[in-house]
Amino acid sequence: MIRFENLSKTFYNKKQSFEALKDVSFEIEKGDIYGIIGYSGAGKSTLVRMINALETPTSGKVFVDGKDVNTFNKKELQNLRKGIGMIFQQFNLLESKNIYDNVAIPLKLNGVSKEEIDKRVNELLEFVELSDKKLSYPNQLSGGQKQRVGIARALATNPSILLCDEATSALDPKTTESILELLKKVNEVFHITIVIITHEMNVIQKICNKVAVMDYGRVVETGDVLSVFANPQSEIAKHFVRNLIRDTIPEPLVESIKNEKRNGRLLRIKLQNTDSTEPLLWEINRRFEVETNILYSTINVIQGIVVGIMLVHFVGSDEEINGAENYIIQSGEEYREVALA
Amino acid sequence: MIEEFLGVSVEKLLQSAGETIYMVGFSLILGALLGAVIAILLWLTRKGGLQENKIAYGIINGVINIIRSTPFIILLVCVMPVTKFIVGTRIGTKAAIVPLVIYIAPYLARLIETSLLEVGNGIVEAAKSMGANTFQIIIHFVLPEAFASIILALTTGTIGLIGATAMAGYIGGGGVGNLALTYGYQMFNFRLMFFTVVVLIAFVWLIQSLGNTLARKRRVHE
Repeated sequence: MIRFENLSKTFYNKKQSFEALKDVSFEIEKGDIYGIIGYSGAGKSTLVRMINALETPTSGKVFVDGKDVNTFNKKELQNLRKGIGMIFQQFNLLESKNIYDNVAIPLKLNGVSKEEIDKRVNELLEFVELSDKKLSYPNQLSGGQKQRVGIARALATNPSILLCDEATSALDPKTTESILELLKKVNEVFHITIVIITHEMNVIQKICNKVAVMDYGRVVETGDVLSVFANPQSEIAKHFVRNLIRDTIPEPLVESIKNEKRNGRLLRIKLQNTDSTEPLLWEINRRFEVETNILYSTINVIQGIVVGIMLVHFVGSDEEINGAENYIIQSGEEYREVALA
Repeated sequence: MIEEFLGVSVEKLLQSAGETIYMVGFSLILGALLGAVIAILLWLTRKGGLQENKIAYGIINGVINIIRSTPFIILLVCVMPVTKFIVGTRIGTKAAIVPLVIYIAPYLARLIETSLLEVGNGIVEAAKSMGANTFQIIIHFVLPEAFASIILALTTGTIGLIGATAMAGYIGGGGVGNLALTYGYQMFNFRLMFFTVVVLIAFVWLIQSLGNTLARKRRVHE
């Protein structure tokens, strides 16, 4: 549905040039909730603006529904943008117009009749649960409500794609959650492909099915969220995952493990498709002569799948620990030995 | 009683007030329209604008700076041929409107340009993302968002105009300011002079309050 092909973008200043995008190629499929994560300056804002041609590439191509958007004339470009909604970090609502008129604007631009506008706006406001705020003005709303208006406005022209430019970055965690729920509903009810750019891993974790990780203008990793979470390849992806799933051992614990005179091994165990982390360790303790000391443990739900990560200090003879390791593999889970810093 | 106190007839007072209102009113409407158009052109052609054009921006910018740095009394004389061409005469209240418009339009253009620039880039980007064309961006997004600020700009411009009309007396424009100068200052009628100044203060005060109220109503939705 959206395809980037060897996309590069360089911004020129008087003296300097800045490569915002470097040879980006990947594809977003219909129905995806595709997350693009990276720190500020990674080029994700530039990339997302290529989709509705708010930015033009220096080289490379962007295809939407099989068509190269940079070959479009004015009329075609207008139609393209009509089919792509966009919401923003700062909402970008018109302060001079009330909520009703804000949502009505894209329809007015397209010359839709008054009756139809009225019907559509009421429908949309109901969908985002803001029917009672119709006559309020943006400055009377909370951040979350403003973003709901932004979403309603973006959906007015029945787009097939919704671009979210750091849509939750200005919101508190609870409001973020409700906006993400709403976006999920947009995806499910209207089958709209959603592209989300963010620097927050939890946004990706909560609603995305695919993710692209960006660093200094390059896409360093793409894949479905579950595999990127479970096995991040690039340094930057590991870093983002670490924000949610810690795998470093707190300093005081490192000391105590180092002081441990008995033979031991530190394992990072990944559990998938499990309701609880307990049976595995319980079984290990029952079957092998090892002491298991949990240093860190977490459970995340990614795309509806429960993923547990545990950092466990095994104390016992090498033989017994080897046995425990084999048992982990036999149970269909994964482990990795962690070295102490 | 008023006539004895001020030394001029009530008719003369009313006539002067009428002339001031006439000059300010007409030149404000024409100047605001012209100024708004120029401001929009500046906004469009400026660096990073929707129709970036260095040459066009440079020319408009230069003309504004030249007119704005010319003292009004000089401008009044300089544009006389233009006045004659447009109005048919160089003198009188009607004739004064031409130099007043030429004086106020660039000033308003600057003020309105600032108002337009206050509208965030995000609004323009949102408009573009909806597929709005340049005309729609200006009409549906930028002007409504800048409106409160434009009202304040026009208020400032109106007050500037009232000051300028006093000098229009030089070409027979009449008005309250001229009354203060010729009948008051030059004829040593200080009572009249102070009276007219008080009237002018009241005018300005009223206009400023009106502008503030309108802008506030537009901006704050309580």
